[in-house]
Amino acid sequence: MASVRSLSTGLFTALYAVALVGGLALPASAEDGVTDTEVVLGGTHPLSGPAAAYAALAKAEEAYFSYVNDHGGVNGRKITYKDMDDAYTPPQTVQDVRQLVEQDKVFAMFNTLGTACNLAIRPYLNQKQIPQLFIATGATAWARGYKDYPYTIGWMPDYQSEAIIYAQNVLKDKPNAKIGIIYQNDDFGNDYVTGLKTGLGSHASQIVKEASYEVTDPDVSSQISNLKASGADTLFIFATPKFAVQSLVAVAQASWKPREYLTNVSASESVLGAATKAGGAAATDGVITTLYGKDPKDPKWANDAGMKLYKDIMTKYVPGADITNGFYAIGIAYAYTMVDALKVAGKDLTRAKMLDVINHFTESDNPLLLPGITLKTTPTNHFIMTQEQLQTYQSGQFHASGGLIDARPFIKEEKS
Amino acid sequence: MSRPRPDRIIAFGIVAIVIAVLPLLLPSYLSFELTYVAAYAIAILGLTILTGYNGQISLGHGAFLAVGGYTLAILATRAGVPYWCTIPVAALICFVIGIGIGLAALRLEGAYLALATFALAVSVPSLLKRFSSFTGGSGGLILTPASPPAIFHDVDSERWLYYCVWALAGAIFIATSYLLRGRLGRALRALRDNHTAAVSFGINPYYYKTLAFGWSAAYAGVAGAIVAVATAFVSPDVYNLTLSTTLLIGLVLGGIETMWGALAGGLVVEFLPLWAQKINSGAPAIVQGVALIVVMLVMPSGIAGTILRFLRARRGHDVDTTPPAVRAEAVPLSVSASVPSD
Repeated sequence: MASVRSLSTGLFTALYAVALVGGLALPASAEDGVTDTEVVLGGTHPLSGPAAAYAALAKAEEAYFSYVNDHGGVNGRKITYKDMDDAYTPPQTVQDVRQLVEQDKVFAMFNTLGTACNLAIRPYLNQKQIPQLFIATGATAWARGYKDYPYTIGWMPDYQSEAIIYAQNVLKDKPNAKIGIIYQNDDFGNDYVTGLKTGLGSHASQIVKEASYEVTDPDVSSQISNLKASGADTLFIFATPKFAVQSLVAVAQASWKPREYLTNVSASESVLGAATKAGGAAATDGVITTLYGKDPKDPKWANDAGMKLYKDIMTKYVPGADITNGFYAIGIAYAYTMVDALKVAGKDLTRAKMLDVINHFTESDNPLLLPGITLKTTPTNHFIMTQEQLQTYQSGQFHASGGLIDARPFIKEEKS
Repeated sequence: MSRPRPDRIIAFGIVAIVIAVLPLLLPSYLSFELTYVAAYAIAILGLTILTGYNGQISLGHGAFLAVGGYTLAILATRAGVPYWCTIPVAALICFVIGIGIGLAALRLEGAYLALATFALAVSVPSLLKRFSSFTGGSGGLILTPASPPAIFHDVDSERWLYYCVWALAGAIFIATSYLLRGRLGRALRALRDNHTAAVSFGINPYYYKTLAFGWSAAYAGVAGAIVAVATAFVSPDVYNLTLSTTLLIGLVLGGIETMWGALAGGLVVEFLPLWAQKINSGAPAIVQGVALIVVMLVMPSGIAGTILRFLRARRGHDVDTTPPAVRAEAVPLSVSASVPSD
């Protein structure tokens, strides 16, 4: 009898212990940065230093979160966004992120900006299983690294997808094109060249000349004259702003008139304005590039509901801001996706749920992206945004034309 | 060589104890930030030698940090060399390059030297992108975070790194203190305060000025290697153009005349941006600029210089409050060996 009693006592004690441990474990497993009424997100942007123009993104994102909070929040939770300055330097980003994770106990990081800065924090965040969401960089590394870094997800169309989109356009509009490429000899340029070849497929043989430059090169005029001599009639310029200006001007000065495609990275009015100033209108007229967001300057969107929402939010929460600044509009678009992800993750918000959202994300109604753009991921494909429209620069302005072009089918092909 | 005064040993002991105890009281992210303070303090100590003791200006020390950081990263990722073995190599490479720059610097003074070294800071990040098969180009190199060996498995990696780095910093500060108090330090100060008089005393200016450049570059290399291992990542953006000027700001705000100034400068470089951000997140750069101007007006000898003067005044010492540069101009024939400058 005694042994039975001691056995039952032992059993009871064991059960009690399990219950106790279980009970203790419950609050421990609840996520940092989430309560029933609040979710804390962290971010880093260059608020000071040479890249401080990007701070506009952070301002617009904060404005959108305030707007959402004033309309009841997400699943009953208000969003608190703690954004820190990293001056675009990776050591500062690394320190900011540790502070946000350890002191501020953020649930997730959102929209950290810059390729190098994000590369520096990616191992730490993934090791701690903290989502690194919708980061502001176009490198292909984020989509490619989904196996090793599942908690990291990009947002904007990556360089490779953009090049695939150009390839589709050139095959349609100029099927017999003789193609020349000038590209920066690093990951940035190589992503584009890979994408262009993927998009051209069997037509890759139409590439008659590839010329690379180093960021240390004083100029690219010799590359341009080699490209001209190759007989190319279509030129892809995969160059950062300074070299993009040099390329456009050198082409005009050589009296060469190829069809020109210019990377989105360099397709700003300041770059094209500088090239026009140095090489005349001939240097920039007809340059083709891409866009994926609604341009607040484009009168086409004057009565668009998304653009109206954008203007209302900016006027109310960032009074005095220059609402024609495209960075603000893109910031709202980023924040919209973030809120969408929180909604989908649901009432019972955990990081594991967010990982699930990253792997099965769909969004097709972002009010500040071009109509028809769908963000989409699967567990094995993290190329989230792959559609863009083409726009042509003419007499000092961009003119969008044609429908959306999707790079997604080619990306799947590449995977298999 | 003079023996260190007992009050200095006591001060050093107190600082050492504070540094040893801090990580036990602070959250690990603050220990992590203080690791960077050690790196910046070592780099600024190099500038104290070069600028404070020898009167040469460098706007290009960020370049030496880059060389140090990449030395560590390349040896560790391409050849699997343990981090601690790479640090002396980083120091040696930077010393040799620093001697080379120092030889060129002999022909330049003041603003011209500042401009020439600034060119170094501008060109090195581009050079790093050039040899991308070796340096990883603009994408940089990702490093394995430093982790404690098995016997210290209870220590988290942030605190482990903190103790390793501060032990190294302590060794460097002690060694520097001895060197600066000896013949070497006297020669450097003599050359700064009165070149002609120093030469007439038999000091070879070419030898000492070149040596000062190499010496301070070696410290910058060590600092760069520490930044690399703490960040666990190197890319040209890690050692950008503003790093050189930030270090110079740290040197001036911390106090150009003393080694304590390097420590204060390290704290300034690390925490001024964070503090400025808290004051005004919209324009942290403006807050930093205003702080710089205010400190220069109120404490022309820097934070450490002001504190030391205050302490000495309380003890009733006779204090010369004129900064050494001014002193040298006012008394052209004074040779610094006879004037204690710290």
